[in-house]
Amino acid sequence: MAGKERNIKVKIDNVRKVYDTRNGEMIALNGVNLDIMENEFICVVGPSGCGKSTLLNIIAGLLEPSSGAVYCDGKEVKGTGTERGVVFQQYALFPWMTVKKNVMFGLNLKGIKGQEAEDIAMKYIKMVQLEDFVNHYPKELSGGMKQRVAIARAYAVNPSILLMDEPFGALDAQTRTQLQTELLETWEKEQKTCFFITHDVDEAIILAQKVIIMSARPGRIKEIVDINIPYPRTQETKMTPEFLELKNHIWSQVYQEYLEVRK
Amino acid sequence: MKKKNKGNKIPKWAWLLISFAAAMLLWYLLSLNPKTARSFPNVVVTLGSIKTMIERGVLWTDISSSLISVVAGFMIGFALSLPVAILMAWYVPVRNIIEPWIQFIRNIPPLAYVPLVVISAGVGRKPQIIVITIATFLIMTVTIYQGVINVDETLIKAARVLGATDKDIFLKVIAPATLPFIITAIRLGSSTALTTLIAAESTGAVAGLGMRIRSLNNSFESEPMLLYIIIIGIIGMLVEKFVKFLERRFTGWQEKREI
Repeated sequence: MAGKERNIKVKIDNVRKVYDTRNGEMIALNGVNLDIMENEFICVVGPSGCGKSTLLNIIAGLLEPSSGAVYCDGKEVKGTGTERGVVFQQYALFPWMTVKKNVMFGLNLKGIKGQEAEDIAMKYIKMVQLEDFVNHYPKELSGGMKQRVAIARAYAVNPSILLMDEPFGALDAQTRTQLQTELLETWEKEQKTCFFITHDVDEAIILAQKVIIMSARPGRIKEIVDINIPYPRTQETKMTPEFLELKNHIWSQVYQEYLEVRK
Repeated sequence: MKKKNKGNKIPKWAWLLISFAAAMLLWYLLSLNPKTARSFPNVVVTLGSIKTMIERGVLWTDISSSLISVVAGFMIGFALSLPVAILMAWYVPVRNIIEPWIQFIRNIPPLAYVPLVVISAGVGRKPQIIVITIATFLIMTVTIYQGVINVDETLIKAARVLGATDKDIFLKVIAPATLPFIITAIRLGSSTALTTLIAAESTGAVAGLGMRIRSLNNSFESEPMLLYIIIIGIIGMLVEKFVKFLERRFTGWQEKREI
């Protein structure tokens, strides 16, 4: 990464999102400004209801902001685009397709067909170590394997930014740790921008270069914490004083917000 | 797959045989009691009536006539229910207008509106098909519509971020995701087509299983009546077998709860 000029990948410009509910207007996001740099790994933490998923959906183009705008590579985001890949917490695999067909889905839509599509799909299936399961259906896979397929599917269309909405939230602790390690390895190899939502503070610190703490009601950015722990990070990193100090700080900030929401 | 069947060493075909034997035994017992024997004449005379009906020259025409009405009515009902269900799921105004109609008509027994159909459509094949079409259309529309609106929202989102257009989403996500409901609709629709047979053939039909049962009723011939009832039951079971085959062939990917 050294010497590489860093450009702004995504610019979030004064984004506000208001939902109409039965009890009147609900401000999900208010005055959110953020620059995501190229190849940066950003984690967003905050209590439920702080609008972090809403923000991700707006960047993905699945939701429109009520005011303000999001720019990706300098162009205003209008709808979805394959340069912005998304991994969902619920895996969202197509149950009627095999692992290989799932990974090839986006490629086929791009017009890449036949052997070429298969080769690309196989490359990413190997990356997530599921080459023995190419012809399995999602119902035959464990939660961790399903999420690996979803990650391979997102990578296959070669997005420049990966938006991940609590992707490991439904997995057990061991699988989660394993997938975190794998994700970091891939990120270092593939050099893609990552925007990763989690409510697990440990996960945020072990993965990110920057942790964004959001506050609720209305959702806005409360603090941006730089994580200056060098990569590669391992499980041992979690024992270091700098990690614990960061954890302590971020956790207390998030907890404070959580108490606000509970009021 | 068979974890619940532990300790159960009897194979499926043997159970089927046992079930069949038990039914025959029950039938035999019913034919011994003079009161129930009038409804359940014994197996030998009942099966013997096959010959009678063939000699009268009606057995095959009755079966084929009923099958034509059932298949035609079901096909038209299915062909109509598919687009209507999709339109209902897609466009809220269509749903708001049509759904109450369907709920209103659905619970009216077909026999009730048969005379009205005959008044407009006359007698013969046409009213039979119309009655079966109405009944199958209603049940299949409701089922398919449920399937379309229950498509997992995140699947649609996942397709969209991978570059899918509205057309792609319809053909590659909604259509396959709805397939299990379409198969269920076929199952319910075909069974409705058969259960509507008596009503459909009370429209002055000249042949048909339902029409024949009614006419045999007038002459108190319970042997061929029972025979015809059994024939309808067998046709139903064959249809069910076919639907099961479709299900295995096209929706084997589904996560199934073990019962």
